[in-house]
Amino acid sequence: MTLDTAAVKADFPLLNNLINDRPIIYLDSGATSQKPQQVLDALNHYYEHLNANVHRGAYYLAAAATDATENARLRVANFINAPADREIIFTKNATEAINLVSYTWGRANLNAGDVVLISSLEHHANIVPWQQLAAEKGCEVRWIPLTDDGQLDLTDLDRMLEGVKMVAISAASNVLGTLPPVRLLADAAHAVGALCLVDASQWVPHRPTDVAEFDCDFLVFTGHKMCGPTGIGVLWGRAELLEAMPPFLGGGEMILNVTQEGFTANEIPWKFEAGTPPIAEMIGLGAAVDYLENLGMENIVAHETQLTGYALRTLGDRFGEDLIIHGPQDLTIRGGVLSLCYKDVHPHDLSQVLDERGVCVRAGHHCAKPLMRLLGVGATARASLYLYNDESDVDALADALEAAGQFFAF
Amino acid sequence: MPGLEDLYREIILDHYRSPRNRGELETPPAHMAEGFNPLCGDEIKVFLTVEGNTITDIRIGGQGCSISQSSASMMTTAVLGKTVEEARQVLHAFKEMMSIHEHELDDTNADAAPAPQLGDLEALRGVVKFPVRIKCATLGWNTLDQALVEATA
Ligand SMILES: Cc1ncc(COP(=O)(O)O)c(C=O)c1O
Repeated sequence: MTLDTAAVKADFPLLNNLINDRPIIYLDSGATSQKPQQVLDALNHYYEHLNANVHRGAYYLAAAATDATENARLRVANFINAPADREIIFTKNATEAINLVSYTWGRANLNAGDVVLISSLEHHANIVPWQQLAAEKGCEVRWIPLTDDGQLDLTDLDRMLEGVKMVAISAASNVLGTLPPVRLLADAAHAVGALCLVDASQWVPHRPTDVAEFDCDFLVFTGHKMCGPTGIGVLWGRAELLEAMPPFLGGGEMILNVTQEGFTANEIPWKFEAGTPPIAEMIGLGAAVDYLENLGMENIVAHETQLTGYALRTLGDRFGEDLIIHGPQDLTIRGGVLSLCYKDVHPHDLSQVLDERGVCVRAGHHCAKPLMRLLGVGATARASLYLYNDESDVDALADALEAAGQFFAF
Repeated sequence: MPGLEDLYREIILDHYRSPRNRGELETPPAHMAEGFNPLCGDEIKVFLTVEGNTITDIRIGGQGCSISQSSASMMTTAVLGKTVEEARQVLHAFKEMMSIHEHELDDTNADAAPAPQLGDLEALRGVVKFPVRIKCATLGWNTLDQALVEATA
């Protein structure tokens, strides 16, 4: 079965608006997804019926709000097949989740000369925290190179693993759509006694996630790209690792006891959740998980794979050599992220012309400047597909590209 | 809603297609400053030769969108052969034009000296209606500003 996109689209109020009398062709879900009514209702329901601070009151509302957030944690845990819900740490976003690991695990465990191995596909969120750690500790950040079609070049993997204590790798590229072999890298990391962190920000919204199948040690993702609200992200980690790590931010909620002499940290997950958490956002993320599970992640994969194939064929047929689509072409190793370079038209100009036709794509370096340098471009125009997109959106993109080509025809 | 023709005026496209004074100058004797637009990845280099107090050569390197490239190209023709003070006046007038608070500024500056003629640069006025593109239009100018500081240090 695949998705009934008309019904799916109807769930997303924003997509049913007009801007300047034109429908919105939203092809920027790689940056953030739209939100279904079900998630918006959950947020409103919390504020209208449950609003109270969590973990701090004996009255009904406080208990109900606490239950709702802890229930969301449980649903998120099930969604990624985590062994225990206490292994789910709520953060602000994926960026904060990676910083949490680099700051606490990294500072406690890395020393001068140790190596953090990352790939050349990474988002700045999975680069800069390691560079900060490396600068502080005298470690090295080492880069896995890419093949010409944007896959990881693992020919020298054994040598690259020398001295490595952490392999931090994205499961899906936000620029090229590439799906690197995460399990292989996790196994390789473990074989040399290193840990493996997976940046699944572009994976979890689109594909079934099973931390046991990845066999990684940490996995991070961000709520707003998976139909959830902004301001909520997730760090999953193996309980024994999380328990051994020092706390991150200090304050309320993360303590068991505080005296004038010092403090005792709370148990996980709360040890890492200092201060009043984003309560509505946790509940909203729980609702997003329900929404995705109701549609079925397998159906979402099938739909997006079919649509990505349609997009690659349509754009290839209509524009041939004039349009470069970076990254792998093989649908088994790529997702629905299309980084485009069209003739000599600068991506910024391209997205401006597309905007006139209601087509929302992102132009720029997509927070992956090292990757842009490898591709030999300063920027690309990126169209990213999600569960509410259909062939008419791809056709609108192609029509708009054609119009841009005419506008800038020199 | 402002249309594409407000943004992409013919003269802008002309400077984009055939940029003036593109290339590099040897440093030293020339001075170079580099500018980045972190939003979109545009990078620009401004090479400047100042002799006496006059800009005797200027070149633009780097890559960017039609707005940043054409604005930099027009900038070179506007300041080449000018004194450093004259160039700074044009720079100020251009940035004023790019300011979203243009009208407020106009009021408070009513008594100030008349702005230098912007000439072809007036074509970029439409960019103000597309706020995300203002940074593209001003990238070359901010970089020129830095290059002037270096050249006169
Ligand atoms: C691969 C990848 N990692 C990390 C992030 C960071 O997500 P956030 O900005 O929500 O922390 C993004 C989002 O842009 C991403 O695409």
